[in-house]
Amino acid sequence: MELYDIIFYLFAAITIGSAIVVVNSKNIVHAAFSLLLTFFGVSGIYVLLGADFIAVVQIMVYVGGILILLLFGVMLTNRITNVDIRSGSIQVIPAIIGLAIFTAILFWTMTSTNWKSEKFELPTTTAFQIGDILLSEYVLIFELLGILLLIALIGAASIARRDKE
Amino acid sequence: MEVGLNHFLTVSVALFALGLYGVVTRKNAVMVLMGVELILNSANINFVAFSRFGNLGINGQIYALFVIILAAAEAAIALAIVLNIYKTFANVNIDEIKNLKE
Amino acid sequence: MSETANINISIAILLLPLLGFIIVLFFGKRFPKIYLAEVGIISFAFILSLVVGYSKLTSFLHQDLLFSFTWINFGNVPKIGELTVDLGIKIDNLTVIMLFVVNLISMLVHIYSIAYMEGDKRYSRYFSYLGIFTFSMLGIVLTDNLLMMYIFWELVGLSSYLLIGFWYEKQSASDAGKKAFLTNRIGDIGMFIGILILFTNYKSFSFDFIYSQIANGILPYGSEVWLTAAGILVFMGAVGKSAQFPLHVWLPDAMEGPTPVSALIHAATMVAAGVYLVARIFVMLTADAMLVIAIVGAVTSLFAATIALTQNDIKKVLAYSTVSQLGYMIMALGVGAYTYAFFHLVTHAFFKACLFLGSGSVIHSMHHEQDIREMGGLKKKMPITYYTFLISTLAISGIPLTSGFLSKDGLLAGTLAFGELTGHWLIPIMGFLVAFLTAFYMFRLVILTFHGEPRNQHKFDHAHESPFVMVMPLVVLSVLSTFIWYTPNPIGATDGWFATEWVQTPQTVVPETSRFDFMVREPHEASVGEHGLIAHSEKYEHAMHWAHYPAMILSILLGGLGILLAFTMYQWKKISPDNIADKVKSLYKGSLNKWYVDEIYDASFISGTLGLGNILSWFDKWIVDGIVNGSATLTRVFSKISGWFDTYIVDGFVNATAFISGFIGLNFKRMQTGKVQTYIVLVVFSIIVLFFIIGPF
Repeated sequence: MELYDIIFYLFAAITIGSAIVVVNSKNIVHAAFSLLLTFFGVSGIYVLLGADFIAVVQIMVYVGGILILLLFGVMLTNRITNVDIRSGSIQVIPAIIGLAIFTAILFWTMTSTNWKSEKFELPTTTAFQIGDILLSEYVLIFELLGILLLIALIGAASIARRDKE
Repeated sequence: MEVGLNHFLTVSVALFALGLYGVVTRKNAVMVLMGVELILNSANINFVAFSRFGNLGINGQIYALFVIILAAAEAAIALAIVLNIYKTFANVNIDEIKNLKE
Repeated sequence: MSETANINISIAILLLPLLGFIIVLFFGKRFPKIYLAEVGIISFAFILSLVVGYSKLTSFLHQDLLFSFTWINFGNVPKIGELTVDLGIKIDNLTVIMLFVVNLISMLVHIYSIAYMEGDKRYSRYFSYLGIFTFSMLGIVLTDNLLMMYIFWELVGLSSYLLIGFWYEKQSASDAGKKAFLTNRIGDIGMFIGILILFTNYKSFSFDFIYSQIANGILPYGSEVWLTAAGILVFMGAVGKSAQFPLHVWLPDAMEGPTPVSALIHAATMVAAGVYLVARIFVMLTADAMLVIAIVGAVTSLFAATIALTQNDIKKVLAYSTVSQLGYMIMALGVGAYTYAFFHLVTHAFFKACLFLGSGSVIHSMHHEQDIREMGGLKKKMPITYYTFLISTLAISGIPLTSGFLSKDGLLAGTLAFGELTGHWLIPIMGFLVAFLTAFYMFRLVILTFHGEPRNQHKFDHAHESPFVMVMPLVVLSVLSTFIWYTPNPIGATDGWFATEWVQTPQTVVPETSRFDFMVREPHEASVGEHGLIAHSEKYEHAMHWAHYPAMILSILLGGLGILLAFTMYQWKKISPDNIADKVKSLYKGSLNKWYVDEIYDASFISGTLGLGNILSWFDKWIVDGIVNGSATLTRVFSKISGWFDTYIVDGFVNATAFISGFIGLNFKRMQTGKVQTYIVLVVFSIIVLFFIIGPF
């Protein structure tokens, strides 16, 4: 077993293990912190796939942004002083049955498909290429996403503070 | 067995299933959002994996980047909605909010 | 002006109303005067359309200006091959004339609405809706392919829904909007299927490409039957939009909208879109498809004309007459009288818009009274409205010196020639019958509204001539309803420029075996007239020539007879307004269904045996009083049957659909727990089931 493989299994274990905690934990704050670990694990997988830039973005945006937002959400919507920070599950049995079959199908599809699996030679650092292609081929989408983020920002602010009525 | 495409895809499938499980079973709306984030991450792993192994090339990473951006926007909006729900119903347990039925 | 300049200006014409819509919609609340921008923009678009029209009809008379670009390139799709979706515009003579008509009427309606809608609380919203409507209509006119046609078609449906239901606080108005939208949808489904048949076969939406393929002998699924089916299915879209039988039910209800909207949508533009569509697909219509179209048109026109006889609401009469006239145009296209169908579309747009705006002027001055029984004598109070209304009425009745005479005469000659050539004599007979009925009910409307003594003194006292901005459009439109704009010869459209130079029947692309033998495909030696190619055979030209004078004499005769009948029936009441008039009045109030029966009939009906039922009574009269009474009775029966058909069969279908949906909904309601998560679980299971159904197992 090479080092690469060992690191992969490590990250995969971190990712999936913490994801299981996320979806099962009774305590919502625990779940949020496990999510942090999941994001780290996914970020490690990106590094293993040669996507260094995406890995950094993953940590910055998910951990630095989205996770903080989620924690804010937790704090603002649970009366911490009133203890009710726990959260249960519903319809566990049908979900497990359905998802087991569903996962089996996905897995079957994955193994039975003849993927083109030779490695694509990516440059050692992808930031240059990504920046280049983002501002040439995908420039319109890039701009549109900027506008979308602005709209989301304004929309979120206006939805969240609509309390005067 | 050398780590190849299928290994990454397996992680992705597991993450997807767990995310969907979270979305379906959790009572708390914020927890549901966490499930959604897991699903998005699993999709991203796929994109990056195919960028490495298929002939998607650098485009796959670009798509992953876009998904991350959209996830950020989605999280902001969704949390704003959750806050609004909280103001209206005084809780965020979506199994208790059945207004869709009426 | 160069080709590109023309195209660029046309695109500007298309986009200007959209700009107006956006400006007025977003700034309407902040700047209440912003509607003037919309009016200005439409006026500017109108001037541009004049420029393009002039340039096209002088410099490029026999040349189509084309512009297209690839919208989506699917590349090489497996099993299909190269697939692209192109958008584009095509400017031919039809287009520039329609651009002119749509922009002119839209502009006049905008100006008119300034006064008519004054004080409405959604004043600027109204103008923005007018803008989006004009935009969608211009899109239909300019497009060179079926896809864009369909997109703008639906946009027109949407904006008409917004406009008809503009006063949505009123239950009837919002119902009418919904009815219009849903009824149109039925036709649009057919149109959509037709478009898909063509697209799956030709991999293109472009009119020109599809027609060139058909001309090369490539038929949909290799069969002429499918070509007929595609033609009829696309025509279904026109059935919905142009309010043809049996989907005409929405148009009379749509009169709930503001009156200028009725003028814009239900006289000049939206309903004309259906006729325009049929004109666009005319070259690919097979003989069977044309016959179906002709019959639908003829039935519609007769059907609507008989209903128009019984209406009391000034706008309802106009609505049914619109349906009737649209039936005329569709019928004319069906019999191959392409030129005259389009000619009638244009003339009808002007005089019917004038009639609607005139009725709006009356309604405005009578403080939203629409019942003609409450009117009368308005001639003295509103002279300009009266004379413009009269000119338009003369035009719709087909009286010489008006534009309506020219187009109607040519159209009826076309049906007569069709009867001569194919033996379908019923179509011209129905056409002439409608000409008679039209003259009758239109003059009844004029007499009851403007002539005689005021029947509601209070409202009459308050009536006044409308302000300048409302009267000006009436004058413009009534001036355009005279013959001089189309031909210098008041009795022959063929001596002019409109029906010969500007609009020519295109060459059909249908294979010889499935087209009428009088339609030619190759430019025929003998039929190449001095004006270039004409797509009818020599035989047809002869038949047309033969039909010209009989049609003209018959239509003048029947129109005159209708007017005469209207005068004897409704002016006579003015002469002796004593005993009988009182009885008639009490009958008016007592029974809405019988009010339209003429006075002779009424008098004898009342003096007749009281114990006999209505049916026995008119049967008696029919035998005793002979043909005059007989025709009146027949008309009444027709009206009743059509009314019954409307209420039970046509409405019944609509209601049954709603009921079934409701029933299914009630039962499926139980599955709805209201929990989003349950739905997601169901979705997951559904995906699994789907996977096993269509999956690789």
